[in-house]
Amino acid sequence: MDVLKKVPVREQDPKVRATNFDEVCLGYNKEEAVEEAGRCLGCQNAQCVKACPVSIDIPGFIKEVKEGNFEEAGYVIGKSSALPAVCGRVCPQETQCEGKCIRGIKGEPVSIGKLERFVADYARQNGIKPKKPESTNGRKVAVIGSGPAGLTCAGDLAKMGYDVTIFEALHEPGGVLVYGIPEFRLPKDDVVKPEIENVRSLGVKIETNVVIGKSVTIDDLMEKEGFEAVFIGSGAGLPKFMGIPGETASGVFSANEYLTRSNLMKAFRDDYDTPIRPGKKVAVVGGGNVAMDAARTALRLGAEVYIVYRRSEEELPARVEEVHHAKEEGIIFNLLTNPTEILVDENGWVKGMKCIRMELGEPDESGRRSPKEIPGSEFVLDVDTVIMSLGTSPNPLISSTTAGLDTNKRKCIVAEEENGATSKPGVFAGGDAVTGAATVILAMGAGKTAAKGIDEYLKNK
Amino acid sequence: MYKILKACNLASNIFLMEVEAKRVAAACEPGQFVIVKMDERGERIPLTICDYNREAGTITIVVQTIGASTTRMQKLKAGDSFRDFVGPLGQPSEFVSEDIETLKKKKILFVGGGLGTAPVYPQVKWLHEHGIDADVIVGAKTKDLVILEDEMKAVAGNLYITTDDGSYQRKGMVTEVIKDLVENRGNKYDVCIAIGPMIMMKFVCLLTKELGIPTVVSMNPIMVDGTGMCGACRLIVGDEVKFACVDGPEFDGHLVDFDQAMKRQNLYKTDEGRAMLREQEGDTHHGNCGNCN
Repeated sequence: MDVLKKVPVREQDPKVRATNFDEVCLGYNKEEAVEEAGRCLGCQNAQCVKACPVSIDIPGFIKEVKEGNFEEAGYVIGKSSALPAVCGRVCPQETQCEGKCIRGIKGEPVSIGKLERFVADYARQNGIKPKKPESTNGRKVAVIGSGPAGLTCAGDLAKMGYDVTIFEALHEPGGVLVYGIPEFRLPKDDVVKPEIENVRSLGVKIETNVVIGKSVTIDDLMEKEGFEAVFIGSGAGLPKFMGIPGETASGVFSANEYLTRSNLMKAFRDDYDTPIRPGKKVAVVGGGNVAMDAARTALRLGAEVYIVYRRSEEELPARVEEVHHAKEEGIIFNLLTNPTEILVDENGWVKGMKCIRMELGEPDESGRRSPKEIPGSEFVLDVDTVIMSLGTSPNPLISSTTAGLDTNKRKCIVAEEENGATSKPGVFAGGDAVTGAATVILAMGAGKTAAKGIDEYLKNK
Repeated sequence: MYKILKACNLASNIFLMEVEAKRVAAACEPGQFVIVKMDERGERIPLTICDYNREAGTITIVVQTIGASTTRMQKLKAGDSFRDFVGPLGQPSEFVSEDIETLKKKKILFVGGGLGTAPVYPQVKWLHEHGIDADVIVGAKTKDLVILEDEMKAVAGNLYITTDDGSYQRKGMVTEVIKDLVENRGNKYDVCIAIGPMIMMKFVCLLTKELGIPTVVSMNPIMVDGTGMCGACRLIVGDEVKFACVDGPEFDGHLVDFDQAMKRQNLYKTDEGRAMLREQEGDTHHGNCGNCN
């Protein structure tokens, strides 16, 4: 064994997986996990922990894996994270824990994400559940949204003894974990649901089908329903479109719609009623993780798929692993390309997408080199479906119905970084509702911070 | 689970249900809608609220069978339950927040076409309860498809019913009634609220624009989540793209691009039709065999 290299992880063959919705990565078995854990140096001053938004004791849990104490390893992670099976799959470890791993200075870092996933899967498969706190303090806290931020905040507060209710707008709890991230990256029944059940087993109640700001307001929750504090983790919001001609044509979707139909509504399955239009030739506009998810979903539904992104490969915001997987499966990357118009047939359907080639100029305010059009380079991409994956703007449902809740110029809710407090007393916020679209783990970090903030606020109240 | 307290057919393909949904009943206003998902496999279906009872905590919905889920939904009886029932969604009708004295001076005309009679009803009722009697035109294809006549009669000022085939009361389109009221009888209206099939709303708007009557329409495009997240319900209103679920469902009818909206409405027609056939005919209909296309 080469100690400088990660123990390779088994994956479904790209040709096979391009036609199914089963999980791509198969994870480590016991032997592989113990072997990989053996590569950890057990640093005293562990850099990986500092780079983890929820500060998991990484050398601590890996030491247990090394010794074969998988259940114990689960408890070590459980102290910091409510969703380890999720994080082991979707965290960008390469820029967080693994990016700071000392092992990685010479050779490859320890495969922390795959080890976390192994430990969480082991616990689930062996029926190990977190324990419900013995007593509660009876103080009610409301959590809005059951995505990563809300679940983490609720789980932490329940562990502290609070009586927590999560309000979810959709019919399933999980937020982006169920409507956004596809089955082949994050299995719903096998991984997400049991993790949500774990949060429930801490005593957290989840009320689905409640749209805060519509079904009930935050003021009503606090004044009429007895909640002493509220955490807003309502997520990212409304999909952005480009504003080019033809965008309301039939066959143009937001990535949110396309993914929600497939993931939440299970449109990819014949026994569910919700329709989806798979498309024969699909262009996905954008280069983030959501774009990769939409592209790989369309591919599995039988389409030929193009990613259309205005910058170059180096600037793709998606995780390297996702881009790699997408390419392996046969997604065609049209980089340095920008759509200028969607061509529409006489019945209002997409019949092509006019694009222009781009070149990179000077770095812009985001630090990325800004793309410029190359005059005269227009061409038509032959597609019948276009999926716009350009990010989101905040949903005004809560901010517009809650007096005293400040938003910034991007319409995101303003919250203190150190405790999640908003401008409204007793109301805290975190995750995409505050930062704009970001990652699962950053939202979890914000949920964790806010749980501490809420605890301090209520203790001093 | 959301219990169905009452279920009955208003016409062969239109049914009414009263459903227990406490939070929705406590918060809803005329003009808003709900999303119903009957069971695990069902679609999320946006439906207008036809009536609500705050004390009893119930919502009345009126549904037309158009797809697989609604066909299955019609088979449910009192005592059964819906898995999911969420709302109220969208913005309430504008008049709800208007100064009541100003509103009392206004002459309001409602036009309900077919199933659109259902969402018109709570608006007319709300006005009636606030001492305002509005004129109402109800249009339907034929006598059997006229719904909520008695209920509407009880709350409307003047009620005019018209059928396309003349099988009940007047014969003709709702636009002919509007013309008759305004041009022959000299009625003056400050605002018209028209809810029904898109093609009806389009022609009502063309007429009221000519007649100079500001007109509100309620759009019911394809939706998934109903909270602004998916963008499926986007419409062109004026020069702007609006989301019907959070910006609407009611818009200035003279600014809505109906042709665009009607094209988008057909987006899933084939797929939806296939799912419905599968429901009705079991495994006999597979699609793509070439025989049915």
